[in-house]
This record gives sequence, C-alpha cells and structure tokens, in this order.
Amino acid sequence: MNIYNQISSNKWRTWLIMALFIIFITTLGFVFGKATGYGLSYAGIALIFAGITSIGSYYYSDKIVLATTGATPIKKSDDPELYHIVENLAIGDGLPMPKVYMLRTDSPNAFATGRDPQHAVVCVTTGLRQMMSKSELEGVLAHEMSHVKNLDTRLMGIVAILVGFVAILANMFMNQLWWGGFGGRDDRENGNSQIFLVIGILFAILSPIVATLIQLALSRKREYLADASGVLLTRYPEGLADALEKIAKYKTPIPSVNNATAQLFIENPMTKTKGKESWFAGLFDTHPPIEDRIRILRSM
Amino acid sequence: MVMWIVIGIIVIVVLFIWSAYNGLITAKIRIGEAFSQIDVQLKRRSDLIPNLVETVKGYAKHEKTVLEEITKARTSLMSAQGAEEKAKANNQLGDTLKSLFAVAENYPQLKANENFLALQEELSDTENKIAYARQFYNSTVMDFNTKLQVFPTNVFGGMLNFHPAEFFAATEEEKKVVQVKF
Repeated sequence: MNIYNQISSNKWRTWLIMALFIIFITTLGFVFGKATGYGLSYAGIALIFAGITSIGSYYYSDKIVLATTGATPIKKSDDPELYHIVENLAIGDGLPMPKVYMLRTDSPNAFATGRDPQHAVVCVTTGLRQMMSKSELEGVLAHEMSHVKNLDTRLMGIVAILVGFVAILANMFMNQLWWGGFGGRDDRENGNSQIFLVIGILFAILSPIVATLIQLALSRKREYLADASGVLLTRYPEGLADALEKIAKYKTPIPSVNNATAQLFIENPMTKTKGKESWFAGLFDTHPPIEDRIRILRSM
Repeated sequence: MVMWIVIGIIVIVVLFIWSAYNGLITAKIRIGEAFSQIDVQLKRRSDLIPNLVETVKGYAKHEKTVLEEITKARTSLMSAQGAEEKAKANNQLGDTLKSLFAVAENYPQLKANENFLALQEELSDTENKIAYARQFYNSTVMDFNTKLQVFPTNVFGGMLNFHPAEFFAATEEEKKVVQVKF
C-alpha cells in the first residue's frame, strides 16, 4: 500500500473503532439501566467520574511521563546533531519545536508526548542514540513527532476516559446487585427485567476486558499511522525499517516503565515474548508486531 | 411548496460556497507562509557567509577569486528584487559555496580549524533546513491544489479567482550531477 492509502486507511479505522466503542458503551448503559431500573442516571455519574480522573492525566501527560520515567532535558549544545534532527523535522511538518529529553538506559527506545504540538516533548534513550545512524534516528523521531501531530495523546486520553467509564459502570452495576435492592420505576415489569439482569451480569464481567481490547486495537492502529506519517515526513521508509530491526534484536527491557507509559514508546519497552505469539495473545499488545511494521514500511 | 425547496437549495449552495471559499483562502495563505519560511532558511545561509569568508581568508589568502565570488554573490542576493531575481541569486550563492568547500580541501590546516568545521556543519545543516522548508511548502501547495480541484469546488474555483499553485521545482542546472574538481 502506498503511504497516502496507509494514512487514510488508518484514520478511517480509528473512527470505525471509536464508533463501535460508543455503540458498545451505549448498549452497556441501556442494559444496565434496564436491569436495575435506574436508567440513564447511572451513565451520567460514571461518565463524570471517569472524565475527572482522565482529564488530569491528559492535560499533564508530558509532565507525568517525564517524571515517572526520569528523563532529563537536553540543550542544543549537549547534542547538536540530535537537536538539528528534531528541529528539521519540525520545519518539515510546519510545527513548533518540541522539548528534547534524554533517558539514560541502554535499551533502545524513544517516546513523544504532549496534548498538542505546542506542548510537545520528545525523548530518546541513550541506548538508541548510540545504536542508530542518522537516517535511522530521523525515522524514529519522525514517528514519535507524528504521534503528537496526529493528536494521539488526545485520542488515547479520550479512549482512556471511555474505558474508565465502562469499568465504573460495570462496577456500579455489580455493587447494586450485591448490596442493594432495585429501585426505580420499572422494576416490577414481568420477565423483562430478569433477562436484562442476566445479560447485565454477563456484560459487567466481560465489558472491562472488551473495552481494554478495543483500546489496545486502537493503540496499534495509531502506531501504524505514526509509522506512515513519519515516513511522509522523512520520505525514507528504510530509515525507520532499519531502526525497528535493530530495536527488535535488543532484549533487555527498560526498568522505569509501567503499563500506562508503555503505550507511548516506539516499541513496547517491557519484557517481550520471543518468537511468534498466538493471535489471541497478540490482541493484548499495545504495539503491532515488529515484523509486520517492517514489512509494511519496506513496501511503501 | 416548490418555492421552499428552491430556497432551501439556494441556501445550501450558498453555505457550501462560503465554506469552500474559506477553506481555499486559508490553504492559500498557508502556502504564502510556507514560502516565506524557505526565505528564512535562505537568509540564514546568507548570514553565515561573512563569518565563513573571514575564517577561510586566514588560511587561504591566495584563493582570492573564490572568496571574491562568494562575496559578490552575497551582495547581489541582498540587492535582488522580486522572487525570480532572488531565486537566481540564491542559486548562484549555492554554487560559489560548493566551489569554496572544494577549494578548502587543499588546505589541511583550514580543514582542521574548529571555526571552519563548525561553519561547515552549520551550512550543511542549513541546506537540510532549506530542503525541509521546501518539502513543507510542497505539502501546502498539494493541499491547496487538491482542495481546489476536487468536485464540486472545481466548478466555481476559477470564478472565485483561485488558480492552482506551483510546486517547488529544481532548475535543470540543479538536477545535474555535481562535478567536484580539485
């Protein structure tokens, strides 16, 4: 697929996944409402809770990530070559220059975060900096800066709200089941309420998992999109392909990373399984398989 | 009844033309900005020249011709009027720079000089920046041309006085393989 098709196909799939997610949540709200007889007030409260917790993390995403990983800022004079690369990529995309950070670890990786290009931060590990040639660095940095340009932090922030929303909904429902009676207007309706009760319990158990799977599917699509957007900027897919190949060979994970921040890195910085994973295990990956990414890049 | 339908259609068409016009004018202004960003980088290159000339003079006094040509090229760039003159002057400056760096190969002391190396790095980076600025300019042109030429905007784009913009193109001279003679 050529690069423009890659980009539009990934954008289109993002919207599709979001639409499905919203339908899923609406169904959930409906079922739970029917089962308990409380209707939509449920949904409202859950949404507010989820919203408050997630908006903070979205707004301060750059500071939070930098603090948890322990990255340090660098000046132009510390590493002019790296600085120039970031500067030139920003010129190529017509964006303001992001802040540049380094993370001291041998594991080759990079991440970018920030709620929009005006508040962007890009970070590379010392391992990556040493291991990569100039065109490979450019490929990696272009990918990372594309995440900010494509407003992925914002998108994944919204998705995080929705996932939290689902978890809270399911939780509230189960709590009600356990502790309380059912109030509300239509609790005396014949058999209907019973059916919804059963469906509701099923949903309550499965929905958080389903929501997380949707979130991960979205994360993978955005990774492909960032690959393609980065190549549109550098016009040199081989650079990123070579970099990914080198990263794939490296085994040691980064210690200061957890599940929440793993999504932002160019490749999952936590322990990797060797060899081919089963399709099912693959559903739980934040990043697409490296071999696929390399193959797609080389076909551009 | 029919009258309402007609009015409805007219309203829709007007709204469409309004939003299409705004989209086009925004895209066009972005092209202008991207174009002047190229100038920002070209000026940066031009500003590095005096420093370069001074550094080289210290080691290669005999290479008067090359140094004179560079200074001349820069002066003619600063006095150039209009886009075409400026473009020609910039191309000429680029050529003289190439000669200068080729000549510098003969002077090992000059090549080892830190100042010279720093300037060389700056100029090389500026060339990269010029290239990226041109690439971005092309992407804004592509955006505008696409918006102008898709249906149905293409039907009345000309009426609103919008014409396709031009991509940045290298001259025939620039496309030739560079000969570096020592």
